[in-house]
Amino acid sequence: MSNRTDQYDPKQVALLDQASLDDAVAAAEKDFAGAADLDALRVLKPAHLGDRAPVSLARREIGALPPAAKSDAGKRVNQARTVIQAAFDARAAQLTAQREQRVLAQEAVDVTLPWDRHPRGARHPLTTLMERIGEHFVGMGYEVAEGPEVELEWYNFDALNIPPENPVRGLMDTFFVDVPGLVLRTHTSPVQVRSMLTRPLPIYIVVPGRTYRTDELDATHTPVFHQVEGLVVDKGISMAHLRGTLDHFARAMFGPAARTRWRPHYFPFTEPSAEFDVWFEQHRDGPRWVEWGGCGMVNPRVLRACGIDPDEYSGFAFGMGIERTLMFRHGISDMHDLVEGDARFTRAFGMEL
Amino acid sequence: MRIPVSWLREYVDVPADAGLVERTLTQLGIEVEEVVDLASTVEGPLRVGRVAAIEELTQFKKPIRYCTVELGEEQPRGIICGARNFAEGDLVAVALPGTVLPGGFAIASRRTYGHVSDGMICSARELGVSDDHAGILVLPPGSAEPGADAKPLVGLDEIVLDLEITPDRGYCMSLRGLARELSHALGLPFRDPASGPAPAGPPAPQASPAGGATPEPPYPVSVRDQAGCDRFAARLVTGIDPKAATPAWLSRRLAVAGIRSIGLAVDITNYLMLELGQPMHAFDPHRLTGALVVRRALPGERLTTLDGVDRALDPEDMVICDAGQKSPVDAAEGLPVSLAAVMGGENSEMLPDSVDVLLEAAHWDAAMISRTARRHRLWSEAAKRWERGVDPELALVALERAVALLREYGGGVADPRVLDIDAVLPPRPVTLPVDLPSTVAGVAYPEARVRELLERIGAKVEGGGDSLVVTPPSWRPDLLQPADLVEEVVRLDGYERVPSELPVAPAGNGLTATQRRRRTVGRALAEAGYVEVLSYPFIGPAALDALGLPADDPRRTALRLANPISDTEPLLRTTLLPPLLATLKRNLGRGLRDLALYELGLVFHPSRVRTAPPAMGVAGRPSDEELAVAEAVVPRQPWHVAAVLAGEVEPAGWWGAGRAASWADAVQAARIVLDAAGVPATVRAASRAPWHPGRCAEIVVAGTGGTEVIAGYAGELHPAVCAALELPPRTAALELELDALPLAGVTPAPVFSTYPPALIDVALVVSAGTPAEQVREALVAGAGPLLETVRLFDVYTSEALGEGRKSLAYKLTFRAGDRTLTVEEAVAARDAAVRVAADRLGATLRGA
Repeated sequence: MSNRTDQYDPKQVALLDQASLDDAVAAAEKDFAGAADLDALRVLKPAHLGDRAPVSLARREIGALPPAAKSDAGKRVNQARTVIQAAFDARAAQLTAQREQRVLAQEAVDVTLPWDRHPRGARHPLTTLMERIGEHFVGMGYEVAEGPEVELEWYNFDALNIPPENPVRGLMDTFFVDVPGLVLRTHTSPVQVRSMLTRPLPIYIVVPGRTYRTDELDATHTPVFHQVEGLVVDKGISMAHLRGTLDHFARAMFGPAARTRWRPHYFPFTEPSAEFDVWFEQHRDGPRWVEWGGCGMVNPRVLRACGIDPDEYSGFAFGMGIERTLMFRHGISDMHDLVEGDARFTRAFGMEL
Repeated sequence: MRIPVSWLREYVDVPADAGLVERTLTQLGIEVEEVVDLASTVEGPLRVGRVAAIEELTQFKKPIRYCTVELGEEQPRGIICGARNFAEGDLVAVALPGTVLPGGFAIASRRTYGHVSDGMICSARELGVSDDHAGILVLPPGSAEPGADAKPLVGLDEIVLDLEITPDRGYCMSLRGLARELSHALGLPFRDPASGPAPAGPPAPQASPAGGATPEPPYPVSVRDQAGCDRFAARLVTGIDPKAATPAWLSRRLAVAGIRSIGLAVDITNYLMLELGQPMHAFDPHRLTGALVVRRALPGERLTTLDGVDRALDPEDMVICDAGQKSPVDAAEGLPVSLAAVMGGENSEMLPDSVDVLLEAAHWDAAMISRTARRHRLWSEAAKRWERGVDPELALVALERAVALLREYGGGVADPRVLDIDAVLPPRPVTLPVDLPSTVAGVAYPEARVRELLERIGAKVEGGGDSLVVTPPSWRPDLLQPADLVEEVVRLDGYERVPSELPVAPAGNGLTATQRRRRTVGRALAEAGYVEVLSYPFIGPAALDALGLPADDPRRTALRLANPISDTEPLLRTTLLPPLLATLKRNLGRGLRDLALYELGLVFHPSRVRTAPPAMGVAGRPSDEELAVAEAVVPRQPWHVAAVLAGEVEPAGWWGAGRAASWADAVQAARIVLDAAGVPATVRAASRAPWHPGRCAEIVVAGTGGTEVIAGYAGELHPAVCAALELPPRTAALELELDALPLAGVTPAPVFSTYPPALIDVALVVSAGTPAEQVREALVAGAGPLLETVRLFDVYTSEALGEGRKSLAYKLTFRAGDRTLTVEEAVAARDAAVRVAADRLGATLRGA
C-alpha cells in the first residue's frame, strides 16, 4: 500500500515503465483470449482490471512522479487500461454471443410437428354460398328478405298466379301440412309476395332460403333444398335490367368470362319467362353452358294481387337452386354429400368458398 | 312427349340437322330432353322372322316356348322365348347372334332350357323403341318377308325428339302445334293437318265436312253443364272389321310416343290426339242402352276407369252417363260410363269384337279437368292436354279424320249424321299498347314487327296508332293479357336480342341485426371447432320418445305432414336435436370419433288456430284484416341453434393426452353463442329432458320489463337418451332459441385504468353444492369498484377439507382508476369480498 506522502523512489515507479505497461496489456489480452467462457473471463478480470492489477498499481505510482512526469504517465496508464478494458469487453461480447448461440441451438425444435389441439370447425358450403350471394346483392343496394318455411298456400301459390287448377301445382310436388291452407313452401317466391305486401316501393331484395318438394333423395334430388331468388319492382324495369343483373351476378360467381343465355320458359309468376344458362369456364369438365335458373318479368297479375299497379310499376324476378349451383361450381357429383352432414365433406370447405 | 322427326316432316320441312332442330326448339321455349337416333341404338343384324312352330316347354317354373323361326335362311333357327303374346305365323323382330341391343346387351347363341337358342325375339322395350314391355313386338301381317331388315319396320330408322312441354303451351302437345312453332322459327311453310289432307302412309282420305252438325244426331246426347263442357261432337262408324289391324306406320308412331296399340278404333283416337291435340273417346254404342248425358257426378257415385281403378267421384267431376242404365245413387239419373275428358269407364270401352264405334270429340273446361286429374291422381295423356288447353275448333276436324281413318283401315261405313253441341265463346281480344313489348324488353320493336310476329302465331291484329287489338287464335287460350302477347313478341324476335343493362338500386340498409347475428353466431361456433350441419327437419314420434320428453312436453306438439317422405317421420321438428343427433350418429357410423356439430335452423310450433285461413282473392291486395287472420294460422317458426359433441374435443397428440368432450363444452358453446350475440346471460343448474339431471344448465337472458327468459339448455345428455339413441356415453348437447335472445344494443366502450394492479389470490371453502357462479357473484358484490377481474383458477376437494366441502381458488385483480393502490387498500377490498361470500354462502378462507 503506497502512501501519498512517500518520497519519490524510482523503484517504486517501475510499474509505470512503458515496457511494464505493455507487458500488462499483452498479458491481459492473452489471458482474456484464453478464457473459455464468461465465468472463466470473470475470474480473470480482477488480475488485469482489479485493484491489484498492474495497471491499477501503476496508476498509484503516478503520485510518486515529479509533477512534470505525471501527465505523461497518467496518459500512458489510462491508455493501457483502456486497451485492457476493450480486450475484456470484446472477449465478453464474443463469449456472450457464443453462449446465446449455443442456447438458441439447444432450444431448436421440430417445427413440422403438428399442433392441431383445437381443430377448427367449418360452415356448411350451402350456408356460405347463400351468404355470399346475399352479400353480392347487398353490395348493390338490395336487402335480404326472409319468410316462413311452413307457408300459407295463398302466398306459395294463389298470389303467384298459381290458382288451384294450374297444372304447375301438380308439378310442384308439394308437402301438405295437417292444417288446411298450409304447405311447406315449394320455392322462396312466397317471400316475394310478403315483401311486396309490406315493403315500400321500390323493392330490391334477394331471398335465400330452404324449400321443400316431395322428391326422394338421390344423386340429383333432395326433398329439402335451398334457393336464392331476387326481386326488383320499380318504375321502368325491363328485361334488359334483368339480363344486366344476371350477367353481373354470373361474373361475380363464375369469373369475368361468365355470361347468361336465355331460353323461353313458363312460370306462372313471370311473363315473359325464361330459363337461363351460365357460361362457366372453370367447369370440371371444361368450359360450357350450364343450366342455372329461371327468371322473368313479374306477371302483372302478381303485382295486382299485392296491391301494386302494373301500369305504374314493373319488375323482374329470378331464382336458382343453391345445391345445383354449388354442385357444378365445385364439381360435386352426388347430392348425398350435401345433405348427409358428413363432417369430412363440410370441413373441406372451411369458412369460405 | 316423344315424337319422330319424320312425322313432323309431314307438316313442315324440318332440316336434316338434328342439332339445328334441337337449338330451334330450345329457342322457342320447348325443352329438348333428348334426341335419339334410333338407327344407332341397335347394332348388328335385326331381322324379320316368321314363327313357323311353337313348342311349349312346361317342365320349368314358368312357361317357356321353343320357337322355330324362319329368317329367309336355308334353315330356320330355334329360339327360346318367355313371352306368350304371339302365335304361329306371326312376324316378329329377331336379334340374331352378334346384335347389340340398347344398354350394351349383346346377343349370342347359347344353350338354355335344354335347347340352343340362336337369337332373341324382341319386345319394343328391348329394342328401345318404347317402354311397352307387355310382350314381344308382333309386326303387322304381310309387312315384310322373313329375313328382311327389321329396323325400319319397328321404327329403328327414326330420329326421335323427347320434348318437355311447359304447362302454358297445350297446343305444343301435338304434332300440329310443334310443326307450327318450328315453321315460325325456321321461316318455312306450315301444312296444317287440321285443314290439309291426310298424313302420309295411307292415301288421302276424303276432305273435311264443311257442313257441321246435321239436324239428326248419330246418337242422342244432352249436355247439362256447358260451363264444364262447352262443346260436344260425335260421329258414328258402323260395321268395322273387328279383326282389322292397326297399320304398322300408325302403331309405330304410337309406340315411339309410348302409347300401346290396343285396337284400331282406340289407336286412331290416340293417333289423332298426338297429331292434332284433340283427345277423343271411342264408345261401343252396343254397350250403351240410352242417350248420353254429360253432367257433374253425384255425391257417392263411383266409376271403374279403364285402368281398372274403382274411383269415388267428386261432385265437381264431370261424367258421361248412359241414361239407359240407372245410377246407383239416384235412379232418375243415368249410369256414369266415362270420367269425362280424363279416362273412359270399363263399362263402355271398345271390346275386341266391337263392330260399331261412337266417336266423341268434346271441349272441356281446363280448370275443372285439372282439379279432377289432381283429385284422382290420374294424369292421362288426355287429361294432360285438357288442363293445358285444347283448341275448341278441332272437334269436327278430328272426328272427320277419325272417320276417314276408320273407313280406310277398318272398312267401316260412316254415318252421315254429325252431332255438334257448340257453346264455345270466341277468343277475347286483348288490347296491346304498341310500345309495351319495347318497354318490357328494352328492345325497340317497330309496330310492323309486333304486328308481323303476332300474326305469325295466328292472331288477328287490328287497330293501330297507340294500341293494337289482338285476337288470339283458338289454340292459344294462354294469351289473355298484354304481358302474354309481349312474351310472344320477345320470344319470336329472339331473347338473345335483349341487351344487358344494370338497374341502379336505391340505397339499401344492409343486413338486419338478426341476419348479422345469425352469421356471427355461425362463424363463432365454426371457429370454435364445430362443423355445421343442415338436417332435414322431419322427425318421428319415436325420436321424441328417445329423448325422454314427458307426455305433456310442448315439444311433442308438432305439425304433421299429410304426405311425408317416410311414414315413420311425419312430424316437423320442434327441436333441432333429433336430426342433429341422427347426423352425429351417421358420422360415428362412418368411423369418425371426435365430433362437434352445430346447426342453425327453424323449428315449427303449430299455431293454436287450426281453422282454414280466409279465402283471399288475387284481383287486388287482400285487406289487412284478411291478411292478419290468415297469418294467425301460420306456425311460429323461430330460429334455433344447437350443438352436439362426442369423443375428444381436443385430440391426444405428441403433447400428451386428449380431452374428452363434456357437459362443460356444451355450456361453453352456449356462452360462445351468447358472446357472439352480444347478450349477457346467466347459467344455472336445471333439469330438462333430454339432459342428465345433474349435468344440465339453463341459459337465462333478460326479457322485456325486467323478466327472465330461459333461452335454452346445455349439458350432458341423459345416459338413458344416449343408450336409446345408441350414442356414446357422455354425449353433450346445446339447444338455444336464437330468436329468444334480445338484440345487443350499442356496446359501450370500457373504462380501464393504467395504474399498476394489485393481485391477490383467495381460496374459499364452501359446501360442495354451492354453485361457483354464486361465489363469484358474492366476491364481485363484496369487493366493490376496485375489483377489475375475478378468475376461478382451481376447484379442490380433499379429506382435509371435510366431507361435502370444496375449495374454490380465485385470482383477484384490483386496480384504481386514479392512483396506485396500496397493499392495505387491496387487502381491505379482498376482505370485504370474502366477508360477503361468508355472509351469503358460509364461505371460509381456506387455511384460516
